[in-house]
Amino acid sequence: MDSSSSENRGTELMSTLPGDDVRQIMWRFAERYEVQMVVQSARSLARGVVARLVAEGARNTHEWNDKKGQLLKGFDELGLTSVFMDPEEGGFIAGPKNLVLALMAFELSWVDGGAATCSLASNLALSPIHEKGTPEQRLTYMSRCVPPLPGEDRKIWRGAFALTEPLPYVGVDTGILSGRMRVAEWEEGQEPLLQVEKRGRFITNMGFANFVTAAVDSDDPRIKGSAMVILEEDDPGVFDRGATTLKLVHQLSSTSDPILSLKVPASRIIGGYTIKDGVIIPNCNHGDVIESVFRRTRVPVAVMSSAKLLSAIEPVIRYQRTRFRGGSASSAGSPRYDLGLQQKEDALQRLVDVWAAGEAGAALGFAAARLFDEFDPIEREKDKLLIERGITGSRAQMKMFKEVEKSALEFVALEHQPAAERDMARYQELAADTLVQYLVKESQANVLCPACKLWNTGHGATMMREAVSLMGGYGITEDCPGFLTQKWTDAQLEATYEGPEAVQRRQLSITMTNELFLAQFRLWIKDLYAIATQRPGTGANALANAMELWLWTLEFLQKSKDAEGKALYHSQRHGVVFPFADALCWLLASRQQILDLLELEEKGPENPVVASGLAGFVNFFSDLCHVQAARSAGEAGRICAELVYGYQRDLAAINADDTEFAALRHKADVSMAGARLFKDRAAAAVSKVMIPEALDYPI
Amino acid sequence: MNGGFHIVVCGSIVPDPLQTLAPIEGPTGPALKNELMLPAVLDPWAGHALYEAANLAKNVPDSKVWLVSLGPKAKLQQLMMSIAQKVSFELVVLDGPAGGFTDPCEVAAALAGGINGIAGLDRSRLLLFGGCSSASRDAGVTMQMVAEQLGIGDQFLGVDELTIQADGSMKLLERIEGGQYQVSTCTGAPAMLAWATGNLPEPPNNPQIGMMNMRTVMPALQKAQPAPVGAAGVSYLGVELPKQRRETRIVKDLSVDEVAREIVEWLKG
Repeated sequence: MDSSSSENRGTELMSTLPGDDVRQIMWRFAERYEVQMVVQSARSLARGVVARLVAEGARNTHEWNDKKGQLLKGFDELGLTSVFMDPEEGGFIAGPKNLVLALMAFELSWVDGGAATCSLASNLALSPIHEKGTPEQRLTYMSRCVPPLPGEDRKIWRGAFALTEPLPYVGVDTGILSGRMRVAEWEEGQEPLLQVEKRGRFITNMGFANFVTAAVDSDDPRIKGSAMVILEEDDPGVFDRGATTLKLVHQLSSTSDPILSLKVPASRIIGGYTIKDGVIIPNCNHGDVIESVFRRTRVPVAVMSSAKLLSAIEPVIRYQRTRFRGGSASSAGSPRYDLGLQQKEDALQRLVDVWAAGEAGAALGFAAARLFDEFDPIEREKDKLLIERGITGSRAQMKMFKEVEKSALEFVALEHQPAAERDMARYQELAADTLVQYLVKESQANVLCPACKLWNTGHGATMMREAVSLMGGYGITEDCPGFLTQKWTDAQLEATYEGPEAVQRRQLSITMTNELFLAQFRLWIKDLYAIATQRPGTGANALANAMELWLWTLEFLQKSKDAEGKALYHSQRHGVVFPFADALCWLLASRQQILDLLELEEKGPENPVVASGLAGFVNFFSDLCHVQAARSAGEAGRICAELVYGYQRDLAAINADDTEFAALRHKADVSMAGARLFKDRAAAAVSKVMIPEALDYPI
Repeated sequence: MNGGFHIVVCGSIVPDPLQTLAPIEGPTGPALKNELMLPAVLDPWAGHALYEAANLAKNVPDSKVWLVSLGPKAKLQQLMMSIAQKVSFELVVLDGPAGGFTDPCEVAAALAGGINGIAGLDRSRLLLFGGCSSASRDAGVTMQMVAEQLGIGDQFLGVDELTIQADGSMKLLERIEGGQYQVSTCTGAPAMLAWATGNLPEPPNNPQIGMMNMRTVMPALQKAQPAPVGAAGVSYLGVELPKQRRETRIVKDLSVDEVAREIVEWLKG
């Protein structure tokens, strides 16, 4: 960066809200035109049909009705239904679709989270088939769910995913199933027929689903273990859609508690089955299927909450600026008239906090989505390889991967070496090794997925409340521009469904201690220090120091005991591992936000539209990064301090550690120097940024 | 005429009308504040022309639609992510300013040049479409000038309806004073139609159409010819926004009839 551009960056404020060109660079889809088109389609539906439904009060009923059915028609007509499918199944996007689905959810959720859920739920029903189904199952059901092409006369199928069951088990543990399957008929040489019993609860899309992918356990010695089974509405038996769930949120998605008692051929077991010694053995148990499904589908949910925060910015600015217009207290041209509440520091700075949280969440969510786009083909290749090598069973796989982990650690170390210094032949060998790449990506995915689901939705809900409060009393009215209260309350469901917060924390408490992940985490710290040197003003230094503090605390917790002699770091000790997982999420979101900024700074000049306002955007996003990094460092520091000191009665017990921790904590704290000044500058930009005359969707 | 029509639509971008438009004095004359960064939409009048063109091409076999756009190509590329999903067309890009502070004669010359360069365009089948007006500082004369430069004498302004009759002739409704139409008949192409609003709604996005169009849209953007149009010799004494009068009420519990009656009463003054 030369001094003139540096100086320019020092003064220029962001002049307009960031548009598509800016987001395409930050979220890495500037070269993907098919994805950009889906974004435009989803946006036109969200700000048209969806916004009208919300404005006209369609959320005021729990039941699914024809009016809400316009959503499905819209998804079909605008191509959104087909996004999930591959071209050979009738879709139009080849390859992994995690990013495009996340972007679609982002656009829909910008207006209404329920509409986004409605869109995602069909894909959720198809996901078990997509991830683990046999080729025949994939082709059959994916093709049926594609809208008919011109000239075709067939109904479009829609699905529901049925895992959760009636109380007391609802959502408690995906390993406990009441749903059952047993052999109903099995004639010699014929395919067995299964009797499937499943009672679901909180099942999305049930109001109109033609098929259900249901998790059930064996109730018959002739069937081994659990499975997911496809149930169709015309199968013999009972396909009762059940009572409508009385949700207070997400009313644009259909949810009910179905009762299913159906006879189906065994070929409906997702992933197929083998018969051994007269016993049906499903090729995939329900746990394998849902693990594979959820780690992908949770990411769009995370992105939904962040979309809401970012969607709140424009209406809040407009409200703040126009707050005093129209009365006798201010006349046109006066600061009170022009700036309204934005004359006040607090109104601006709280909005900066909302904005920064939205940016960090979106950055983390989209990073996770892109990671899964890279991971998907590697995982499929890995599955193929294991079959070829005859490695089956989780124990055999664990044993093999233990060996591969060494190579994966070597690869990570090589990758972070300067190209001129690394052993290129070995590096290329490891880069081409599917199993090595699988382990590296998996170690990241196993952390980023629960992290974004947990932090984006949980902290997002808190910040959404802040956004509502910035609108004063208007915020809690039905006609508040931007539907902020609806978005706030919806966020609570996003924090809950597809695995509530405790599930995410539980997963993180295990995956964040994976040595391969930690090896990468250590290198990320090095990278951030380098960024802090080359590109000061992003908060990278504060963040790197906080990450070091977190890492030190992990080692301390793993080796230490509390005042009563009990081990501190234990997967069942939620008081330790859960808040510690929370601390990590803050750090990861902040890191990704800084990486998005650097991407914009690097690629922005290549786009003439972005280039014209790049300095202002880079300044503003740098300031937001700094604000968020300081907040993240503060949160992580507070949590680490509580965990290090909170379980000791006598500080002497950790005397040497205390000195070390205090030094690291101090280093993290002082690296927040200037953070509030950056917040002031971000606030100044918010007070001057040009916004449209009106919101582009109805209220 | 053998075969269908060759329909060339002239249309480009304007700032999204919801945006705040503030005139400023730029280094080369008047401009809009932050214009390049503001989201853009297809000029609404050009949009009507494009949708009418696509509809006509769909109903007259062997017809083809080109969209000739004069504007900054990076902005046009963004617009195409939406417009290219609505109807099928082949794009011709002239990379130049799309702001309204340009001379219509220069713009018309650039557009005519672009049209002249279209390979395979059959002039005897040519219908030149565009908006009779523009949301971007309208002079209302550009389409006529393009037609003149292309040697098209049959020109229709403020068109709301085009019907291809059994004998192949065209029946056109043009807006005239007093909310009335002038009905004209034209024997056929070539002709220029500057559209008012037409009768068609905006087609929904269809990514399948978009994917088809993208095969030609992206190459067209890459080989865009520079078209540095301006307003040579013109000096602006001043630029200001037209006075706005916006009295917005949000009403949710009135019937359509009641709303209509209130508007009529308001119009009557």
